[in-house]
Amino acid sequence: MVSRLTGGFAPVFMKIITFNIAMISYLLASLEYFIYLVYRKPGVSKLATGTVLVGLLSHTVIIGLRSQETGHGPYTTSFEVAIFLSWLVVVVYCFTHWRYKVKDLGSFVIPVAFLILLYATFLSKEIVDFPESEFRVLLTLHRTLSVIGFAAFAIAFGLGVMYLIQEKQVKSKKLGIMYFRMPSLESLDNLIYKAVAVGFPLFTLGFLTGAIWNIKMSQTSLFSWELVKLWPLVIGWVLYGLVFFGRYRMGWRGKKVAQGSVIGFVTVIISIILHV
Amino acid sequence: MAESNLVIVGVNHKTTPVELREKLAFTRGSIEETTEKLGSYPEIDENLIISTCNRVEIYARVNDVEKGIDRLKKFICDYHMIPFNLLDKHFYAFREEETVKHLFRVSASLDSMVVGESQILGQVKDAYSLAKSLQTTGLILNQLFEKAFNVAKKIREETGIAESAVSISSAAVELARKIFEDLESHTVMLVGTGEMAELAAKHLISYGVKTVYVASRTYERATALAKTLNGSALDFEHFKSELHRADIVISSTAAPNFIITKEIVEKAIHERNNRPMFLIDIAVPRDIEPEVNDLENVYLYDIDDLQGVVNANLQEREKEAELAMDIIQAEVGKFNNWIEALDAVPTIVELRKRAEAVRMQEIEKTIKKMPHLSEEDKHNLHLMTSSIINKILHKPTINLKKKTQTTEGRTYLKAIRHLFHLDD
Repeated sequence: MVSRLTGGFAPVFMKIITFNIAMISYLLASLEYFIYLVYRKPGVSKLATGTVLVGLLSHTVIIGLRSQETGHGPYTTSFEVAIFLSWLVVVVYCFTHWRYKVKDLGSFVIPVAFLILLYATFLSKEIVDFPESEFRVLLTLHRTLSVIGFAAFAIAFGLGVMYLIQEKQVKSKKLGIMYFRMPSLESLDNLIYKAVAVGFPLFTLGFLTGAIWNIKMSQTSLFSWELVKLWPLVIGWVLYGLVFFGRYRMGWRGKKVAQGSVIGFVTVIISIILHV
Repeated sequence: MAESNLVIVGVNHKTTPVELREKLAFTRGSIEETTEKLGSYPEIDENLIISTCNRVEIYARVNDVEKGIDRLKKFICDYHMIPFNLLDKHFYAFREEETVKHLFRVSASLDSMVVGESQILGQVKDAYSLAKSLQTTGLILNQLFEKAFNVAKKIREETGIAESAVSISSAAVELARKIFEDLESHTVMLVGTGEMAELAAKHLISYGVKTVYVASRTYERATALAKTLNGSALDFEHFKSELHRADIVISSTAAPNFIITKEIVEKAIHERNNRPMFLIDIAVPRDIEPEVNDLENVYLYDIDDLQGVVNANLQEREKEAELAMDIIQAEVGKFNNWIEALDAVPTIVELRKRAEAVRMQEIEKTIKKMPHLSEEDKHNLHLMTSSIINKILHKPTINLKKKTQTTEGRTYLKAIRHLFHLDD
């Protein structure tokens, strides 16, 4: 009886608890970061970071439980990909926060993680087995690379939003409440570039492995794909490409880069919703 | 509040015109020679003089608050040989708790002409260390000033009171630091050699700018200024073609028309591969075409824009000052608690009461068990037990009174209250 309980009731209970803790933590942390942004209370920023870590811990448990249950990594269903995406966004955020100490980035990135997790609650939690195929490693690669690339883009998005807010303030000469909290435009610009320089190659590789997988599995050509599902991805990919390659060749700097990283992220989100 | 007997008498930039203030100033030397005299007055236990260009204040712990204040006022008048009736209306004086609040406000720079300026804290610290070395302060003033420095630090950290720039040249630096990652690797070009431009350039250099170019219609002036700024002079004819080298341009020529047009900057920014440019136009009439600001990655501020930033920052400081006042209120309360705890008498009285209660309780029990005792026996029993209690408590009472004169006093009082459960 006991072993059946731990195998049945307890994991379900754990899943619900951890999922809720993660969601609530991210929501709470988003609010705390926002309060910090507006009211500049140093304690609140630390509190927010702590809250994010609590969320991340629960989130890690969610992924662990799910993988234990399905017997494979979080790669098959939309639900799994969504929780994995959100998890990596937070991991990469924590790294950026620790490494570059950008104040306020959490205000723009953690809500993204929260929204993805919220989106995941509406998806089917059904367990789907990993497709039996000799090319399954391709699918694993495709999803892992794309998801890491996506997380880097999420950071670039947050930085891009910060850039655009600050740029607008300096340009219009109306220096608002966030003025004293943000890093300089040039540092934001450099960080966006770094994030895209990490994200773009990974995302491209993810894209390629996905394409090869698709061809191998469906035995068809690339052009048979539903083009509607692909156009946002292509737009996003081109934008990131411009940010990545255009910096030295075409003078893509500053505002254009920030806009590119914001619009690019939106198109990638749309394409993921359509695709996964 | 327990009586701290703290007072402050002074004049500042709000109450007293500068012609009078300057006559009241104390130099370091005059403090050294007079403070002993001040301490020799029977009314005054501890004293400390702060004298800056905006204020002259004497903080003191006195025997009698009103007499003490009169003494301090007279002292200032006498020392500077100014008739009392001339000066009296300019004086302000605070008593007890208000003294604490006033010092906290002064050292946190809430009472300054430019709220949030950082100089005053250093001046108060200097005055304190001088007084300490002259041994004119004691337990209470020492604690008061140490506390004031903590409060000032806290306010600086927790509010934005000193965060923003409140002069034109510091506003320019502040903006440059919002645009560029670090100023060390960036280049400033001065077009024209106006005084304000020089000031702004010096400010930028103090924040790390290493490369400076100076262009002026008179080449000699360019060379002279370049020399003082450790930069290099440019031929005025050529500065436009060199503009792309500059991250920050400060223009201050006397030219009647725009000398830096949108076209010129467009070319420069293109040559810079769109790396941002910050253009500061402090010339009147203006040197730089306003449409330059429409170019991407180019930020143009003229003198009015900078003044606008300064005004906004000043307003922001006023708002932050309100937050700071909340902190001060709370800290004044904490200081009061400290003063209260310093007072040993209530604790001693309570301790004796507690001992007496125990004695009475035990005596009654004993007498009930021994009904045969005569009145005289009972009386002797009372005498003996009282004497034991007095003997046991005598030394602690003396020591406690002594210790409360030192900084450890509070710890002793706390320990006693805790050991004998006096707070229950």
